Amino acid sequence: MMPVRFKVNGESRELTLDPRTTLLDALREHLHLTGTKKGCDHGQCGACTVIAGGRRINACLSLALQHDGDAITTIEGLGTPDKLHPMQAAFVKHDGYQCGYCTPGQVCSAVAVLDEIARGVPSHVQADLLQRPQASNIEMRERMSGNICRCGAYSNIAEAMADVAGGRG
Amino acid sequence: MKFATPAGANPIDRMAIVGRAHPRIDGPLKTTGTAPYAYEHQHLESKLAYGCIVGAAVAKGRITAIRVHEARDAPGVLAIVTAQEAGKLGKGKRNTAKLLGGPEVDHYHQAIAVVVAETFEQARHAAGLVHVDYDRTEGRFDLATALEKAELAIDPNAAPAPKENRVGNFEEAFAAAAVKLDASYTTPDHSHAMMEPFASIAAWNGDELTVWTSNQMIDWGRTDLAITLGIPKEKVRLISPYVGGGFGGKLFLRADALLAALGARAAGRPVKIAMPRPLMANNTTHRPATRQRIRIGCDAGGTITAIGHESGSGDQPGGSPEAAVSQTRLLYAGANRLTTLRLAELDLPEGNAMRAPGEASGMMALEIAIDEMAEKLGMDPVAFRVKNDTPVDPEKPQRRFSERQLVRCLEEGAERFGWSRRNPRPGQVRDGRWLVGFGVAAAFRNHLDMPSGARVRLGRDGHITVETDMTDIGTGSYTIIAQTAAEMMGVPVDEVTVRLGDSAFPVSAGSGGQFGAANATAGVYAACVKLRDAVAQRLGFNSAEAVFADGRVTGGNRSAALREAAAAGELAGEDKIEFGDLSKTYQLSTFGSHFVELGVDSYTGIVRLRRMLAVCAAGRILNPVSARSQVIGAMTMGAGSALMEELAVDKRFGFFVNHDLAGYEVPVHADIPHQEVIFLEEADDKANPMKAKGVGELGLCGFGAAVANAVYNATGVRVRDYPITLDKYLDRLPPVD
Repeated sequence: MMPVRFKVNGESRELTLDPRTTLLDALREHLHLTGTKKGCDHGQCGACTVIAGGRRINACLSLALQHDGDAITTIEGLGTPDKLHPMQAAFVKHDGYQCGYCTPGQVCSAVAVLDEIARGVPSHVQADLLQRPQASNIEMRERMSGNICRCGAYSNIAEAMADVAGGRG
Repeated sequence: MKFATPAGANPIDRMAIVGRAHPRIDGPLKTTGTAPYAYEHQHLESKLAYGCIVGAAVAKGRITAIRVHEARDAPGVLAIVTAQEAGKLGKGKRNTAKLLGGPEVDHYHQAIAVVVAETFEQARHAAGLVHVDYDRTEGRFDLATALEKAELAIDPNAAPAPKENRVGNFEEAFAAAAVKLDASYTTPDHSHAMMEPFASIAAWNGDELTVWTSNQMIDWGRTDLAITLGIPKEKVRLISPYVGGGFGGKLFLRADALLAALGARAAGRPVKIAMPRPLMANNTTHRPATRQRIRIGCDAGGTITAIGHESGSGDQPGGSPEAAVSQTRLLYAGANRLTTLRLAELDLPEGNAMRAPGEASGMMALEIAIDEMAEKLGMDPVAFRVKNDTPVDPEKPQRRFSERQLVRCLEEGAERFGWSRRNPRPGQVRDGRWLVGFGVAAAFRNHLDMPSGARVRLGRDGHITVETDMTDIGTGSYTIIAQTAAEMMGVPVDEVTVRLGDSAFPVSAGSGGQFGAANATAGVYAACVKLRDAVAQRLGFNSAEAVFADGRVTGGNRSAALREAAAAGELAGEDKIEFGDLSKTYQLSTFGSHFVELGVDSYTGIVRLRRMLAVCAAGRILNPVSARSQVIGAMTMGAGSALMEELAVDKRFGFFVNHDLAGYEVPVHADIPHQEVIFLEEADDKANPMKAKGVGELGLCGFGAAVANAVYNATGVRVRDYPITLDKYLDRLPPVD
């Protein structure tokens, strides 16, 4: 067993963990933050997307101990049912989900994607790498493609993201 | 409430709440990660232990030894259960293969043991220390070979029909036809690949078992778990308030629930199990592959004179055929008809229902065939379909469709999509490096009646609570049930609480076969009628004349607040909807059209969808927001089936090779452009008091063929074997200029 300390949603947390514990299982099974979902446990589906050190990652692909000292934001850190984050509200408005299981990962990814675009992080579909990327439909869809939604809410998620990106000016 | 005659006017007709766009009431929970799924229920008294499933490493054979001592000695291990430890188990009515194998192994990754430990990491590690010796035997894994000697079979879910279902003389009419098509098509095995794995928590309290699980059909699961464990059904409670996708995969009791129960019994502790993703494709069910032959004969004017559709599929011994010909019995006219199913025994994992079983695979083939036939005739494929529309069941012409707006779906869709801009000569339209094509297909799926119950309570505070074991698998059940109760009781939606997915509640239709929404809300309607009677009686109104609106009950010149009825104590109404013969007298079906525009890269052959439109006629649409989402989601799955989805069979060792989400490809964001859906006005009074039918599967039926037809229109290459992947057409693309 080994100790690990990190900040989750702004709160300092200390855990003593089996070193085999993934960040995902630390969040779900030890901190009972079950908003982050386990879809595949192999980095294939994106349901476990969280924001660690300002970047979105698949929480199933790293061990909790690798995140000692990190600041981690999970879906619970973005908003609550009574006080939704603008992206969560946009998902509700545009029906950007169905079964809801991939949804927290989609929301975390969507928030991080708009941030990546704002920071000028380039992508594969950018026509000109020297220009700043824009929050276009194809740009957002490309960057969201690590988050699978088997219910097929993609078209609505793109609209929710466009709504938030547009509102940002 | 027995629904035996067409629905007259009723309170739902107001459509003040039902039929209006309302955001899902479970949205704030789902988008914040606070909706609890099966693996996430934490309020148990004893500490949970973790179970890990061990899957068989051979497809067919016999376990000669399971050596568990090393696993038993591993840190944290509490119990190991194999078939031997489990003792005598029954088999659920709806399971084809056993959920816990051993000593006989029926298919690859069939569960053969569960290891229970203090932590997930310990259970997973110890599961890897279970050593199994097998005597592997030969199995039947090749569908094409197995079908050569396969018998004709009957679709157990369809209207009674002989094994060879005939009208007129198909062979003679086909031989005499002026224009003929005889083509073969194949569809591969498909995986549901829902995002939430099969997962369960089981807790015993004496001889009573509670299972939090992820299941579409609570009563089926409860019944089959009781049968499998050999305990009375009354001792089993299933709870499944949120289901992270099912698509038919979670219609049945599966190994996670059974092994959690067995593991919990052995460990003396509640046990939670999530099936590892790499086990899902082979351990659970899948949509079976089909091999289909379609023959169509027409006169020179384009009237179908003969239509034949034969399909073969495989399944475990005791399984059933994929009913891929069922739509062909009803979709187009034609005096001479032949439909057959053939079923081969295979030792691959169990085949079973996946979203739109039968029609999804059947329409993928039929709607290419119709496109091919239209081209042979020199007709527009929309016009050819319109010409061969039928207002009656072609097998029983005295039997009419309750509603059938196929022609309007096709014609309005063509108009909206700009179909007239399609160049009927394939391979002609270029947009830079892209070859551009348009495709169309009809959409068709039957509506099914299912009895469905509910209990509706009026609290002393005037709040309405609906309780039913109905599930919401992403379909919007919570919201449409709240809308139904709100409309019936005359209160706003936020005055209604909906509690679902608990076997302690009245048995509902459940979620499957696109029968959930219409039947479950009809059950809520029936319960509300009972509650309205109780309210009227309590307040001294004539129930038949009382109007429930704006939180008040009004009759004659008198009016009272609804909550007054419960001032002296809560009132409840419980009932279920049951059905008479209307679905026999009439054919209840849903119709639609799919239009697709796509580009095929003239250099690389890659396909990119550009536009997608569905026009649907499916009875009253209870909530256009969630109904639209059902349709766009189904179209997305249809795009997957057209372009990428295939469980690859290892015919030597008998398993699906690509058994995870890296190997089994499904559509992602980049694959799906903006989608359009139009619902035609329709209220089907032969279906139920809601005048609604299903819509969740209609959007899948035919969509894949619309994509295939668009690929043909773009390139001139006709692919009849799904999925349409590069290896099947790259070498046949038009030469690059």
